Amino acid sequence: MKYVLMYVSRPDLDAGADPEAAQALYKRVYEWFGENEAVMADGGAELLGVETATSVKHGDDGPVVVDGPFNEAKEIIGGFSIIEVADMDAAIEVVKSWPLLDLPGGSVEIRPMVEDYSHLEQ
Amino acid sequence: MTSAPTDGLLAQVLRQEAGPLVARLSRRFGDFDLAEEAVQSAVAEALTGWRRDGPPHNPAAWLQVAAQRNALDGVRRSNRQRALAQRVEPPAAKARPGTDDRLALLFACCHPALVPEARLALTLRAVVGLTTPQIARAFLVNESTLAQRIVRAKRKIVDAGISLAVPPSEQLSERLGDVLAVVYVMFNEGFVSSSGATQDRDLAADAVWLAGVIAASAPREPEAWGLAALLTIQHARASARFDEHGGLVLLRHQDRARWDADAIAEGEAMIERAAALRRPGRYQLQAAIAALHATAPSWEGTDWLQIAMLYELLARLDPSPVVLLNATVARAQLGTADDALATLDGLADRLASYHLFHAARAELLTTLGRHDEASEANRTALGLTANDAERRLLTTRLHRHPLDDGS
Repeated sequence: MKYVLMYVSRPDLDAGADPEAAQALYKRVYEWFGENEAVMADGGAELLGVETATSVKHGDDGPVVVDGPFNEAKEIIGGFSIIEVADMDAAIEVVKSWPLLDLPGGSVEIRPMVEDYSHLEQ
Repeated sequence: MTSAPTDGLLAQVLRQEAGPLVARLSRRFGDFDLAEEAVQSAVAEALTGWRRDGPPHNPAAWLQVAAQRNALDGVRRSNRQRALAQRVEPPAAKARPGTDDRLALLFACCHPALVPEARLALTLRAVVGLTTPQIARAFLVNESTLAQRIVRAKRKIVDAGISLAVPPSEQLSERLGDVLAVVYVMFNEGFVSSSGATQDRDLAADAVWLAGVIAASAPREPEAWGLAALLTIQHARASARFDEHGGLVLLRHQDRARWDADAIAEGEAMIERAAALRRPGRYQLQAAIAALHATAPSWEGTDWLQIAMLYELLARLDPSPVVLLNATVARAQLGTADDALATLDGLADRLASYHLFHAARAELLTTLGRHDEASEANRTALGLTANDAERRLLTTRLHRHPLDDGS
């Protein structure tokens, strides 16, 4: 099955981190992608901060462009990847070693990808 | 035709057959939801048909045929399922030969990716063969809410790719903890409400059985044996827990002659199996405490020193209010009531909102002849219980202990 991994962080909690430690963590992220190369269907992307986000939203008179992310949560998605593994347990095992889980606000959301469109073919 | 013997037979057949059937059909059709629905309908058919016409000659085969027919009907009905059934390759990775089907199913139903409230309900349905109305009655919850919860959990199992497989050995102990917790809650539900809320199913007996099945399927896991032992021993005392009016009889007043000595011996043998694996845990400790109570000649003749020591160990693994209180109650049996009261009062800041803390204080104060203070403590205990009753019923279930009088 294919799963999208969304790497979530809390910038407000990370702000005080020691730069040297942050550098070391970043190196481990790089290594982590190497270790999990076999299951990466798509390495995805790392995203620039939410301060760079622009949203286009529904408006009564047509789309409206606004500054900022789609919601004002403290947790932000910092990047994503697509993995292909046998099942949810395998996905959880991959994710458990994500280096940024060492940070207090770190989390990874696992979402199965829609792959079966057979219901649309009838 | 009286329904009682049929119900007993039904319960036995359903819990024996339902889980493995769900697992087999899931594999065959590659769809857990479909399989679970098929078995559930067969269970419902059995409940009405067997009561009306008497049980069939071979109940297990009857159930299997009915479930299989329902599954095939389901496949024919649904286009999506037809597409699934026609897939050349069923998910073969999930069919690991030699693993216990029922255990694999349990791991899926108790998966940490499911909300805790759904785990128990789903386990009762898919593994033990209860119907949704039976579960709703047992937990005093609204049937359609419960049905919703079950539907959501099943859909997640299918859509999110939660596999029906026993985890690899390096993850087994950790994941088994989730499974054992569900069985523990299931037992306590049945134990506390054994005045007959489920009517036609004895949840506590089902939990004892399931714990035994798990231990036999995972014989290298000491906590599995620990839980099986604990539940076996607690259940052996079940018939002495209620008086003829359905009132709860506390351990110290129970007629010990009514306890099931064979079951207690069986529980002790399980404790020894667990101990031989040399990895202690909370269920093993609780089982050891239960065994000391179950083999004591009387309340006064109980080995309180050992029980107090076991509670000290347990409190390190599980420093919950119930454990702390029970530890103190056990210690109180060893020394003077004065000392016990002093110890108990030392817990006041942690336990003041817990009604049994005040009930235990009241008892010690009575022993010391301080009757006014005893009444005061009793009133506090009652007040807390009354105000709390509804909330407790709904929220403390996951933490409830079967007996809160030091046993």
